[in-house]
Amino acid sequence: MFSGFMVNAWAVGTIIGVVAGAVGFFVVLRGASFVAHAVPLSSFAGAAGASLVGADTVMGLAVFAPVAALSIGWLGRRRRSDVATALVVATMLGLGSLFLSWRTEYVSAVYGLLFGDIVGVSDAQLWLTSALAAAGLVAVALMYRPLLLSSVAPEVAAARGVRRGLVDVLFLLLVSLVTTMSVPVVGALLMFPLMVGPPAAARAVSRSPLSAIALAVGVALVTVWVAIAASYLTTWPVGFFVGTVAAAFYLAARAWSALRR
Amino acid sequence: MTGFLQSGPVHVALEAGALTAVVSGLVGVFVVLRGQSFAGHALGDLGTLGGSGAYLANVNPLWGFVGVGAVVAGAMDLLGVQGRRGRDVATGVVLGAALGISALLLYLDTTTTSTTGATITVLFGSLFAVSPGTVPPMAGLACLGVVAVAFVYRPLLLASVHPELASIRGVPIRAVTLGFLVLMGVTVSLTSMVVGTILSPALLIGPPAVALRLSRRPPVAMAMAAGLGLVATWGGVVLAYASQTWPPAHAGWPISFFVVAIIFVAFVAVELPSRLVRPKRGPD
Repeated sequence: MFSGFMVNAWAVGTIIGVVAGAVGFFVVLRGASFVAHAVPLSSFAGAAGASLVGADTVMGLAVFAPVAALSIGWLGRRRRSDVATALVVATMLGLGSLFLSWRTEYVSAVYGLLFGDIVGVSDAQLWLTSALAAAGLVAVALMYRPLLLSSVAPEVAAARGVRRGLVDVLFLLLVSLVTTMSVPVVGALLMFPLMVGPPAAARAVSRSPLSAIALAVGVALVTVWVAIAASYLTTWPVGFFVGTVAAAFYLAARAWSALRR
Repeated sequence: MTGFLQSGPVHVALEAGALTAVVSGLVGVFVVLRGQSFAGHALGDLGTLGGSGAYLANVNPLWGFVGVGAVVAGAMDLLGVQGRRGRDVATGVVLGAALGISALLLYLDTTTTSTTGATITVLFGSLFAVSPGTVPPMAGLACLGVVAVAFVYRPLLLASVHPELASIRGVPIRAVTLGFLVLMGVTVSLTSMVVGTILSPALLIGPPAVALRLSRRPPVAMAMAAGLGLVATWGGVVLAYASQTWPPAHAGWPISFFVVAIIFVAFVAVELPSRLVRPKRGPD
């Protein structure tokens, strides 16, 4: 389980757990789970396009995810944004299915990108993921106070001179960064449970932001590790375990906080 | 293009597409007016569970979509997940768990049965793969949808645009809301047959959104939405048939891609001019 091709899967899975937990805390705090759902789905086209031309899927995601995040953020400012966002997401998914239909191994390629694939992690992907993760964590550390303040008390943040538009854009870029890292492993459809479930569980249990972030990272790591191990042992899709384990953690945390009250 | 109209799958595709376009045009106008496109999106995603389960049980996927659609619509009403608050964490986690289980069911479909195309058919749809026997039940559901819309038209419209006035006039808001969600569940099951579960929001709300841009009068918008839906699905069938000779694979491009692309182009065409001329910045 820890040999050969699995080493890269474990390494990337661990990095994903840390960054998804940390960024996911702010996703939950800002009530942005819809963005966390829509961005990975839209970047599916990028991953499909990259795999069509023979490039690393991470490269395609790195180009498409920020574009998708910024356009969803831009659409979200306008009236009837639901409709526009839903149409953009569907069009990008359709484009992705078109790209994949040009490949011979159509079905398995679609399946892997949507529901995750633990065996396909290349060395190049590992290095790129590490670099992106380092950049993401530095960004979270630098933006920690303004991001927190603008999420819980927008008025106070504005009074203190925090530029809301800038923080919004940087936050969307953070989400797209996590998307780029996670989609090749956990899949476009099942990335948002990882980004929403563990932080929501942590928030139900802990009040202080720093301990909630630490707890979210811990829960996300356990979720990813359990999912990779279980997927390796059963050969079932990794996305199944990510989705159900994240939901189980959330339910357990809600039950625990309800009992304690 | 010779042989287009002689082809059996083409006939089935044209019929199924037309039926779905009409119902989703009627119902979709209400979905957009009521601001429930998120509920439509969630219904589509959750329909994946029904479709993949139906393949595993060797049942027509239509029944999986309908069953899950109706049940989930009822459950969503009970939990009150439609509307803006519904996007919160609980919905996200429930959707995630449901999609995770769908992933497992689709995996089991491809490994334990011979239906290797289940993933594509459920998620992205394939009108050419609709069996001729599925058309009569689809027609039945479509008739049911049209009759239901005609039956609740006035109270539903009033409850959608002016809830307070509707409750003063004695409209049972709660029953109308629940009934409409179930109707939406049935409609989404039809659109899922045509373009697949994760693309179904495009067919459900795309044509109505375009139509409502062109006319604010609901009956006119419904007719235009049904017309645009028809153009999109039939155009998709024609283009997909023609694309069998196109590069790079000469195997035909996916029909759902064309349907969604036509809708998207129409949406951009009506939306873009007004945005470029006078960009509105509403509250978030």
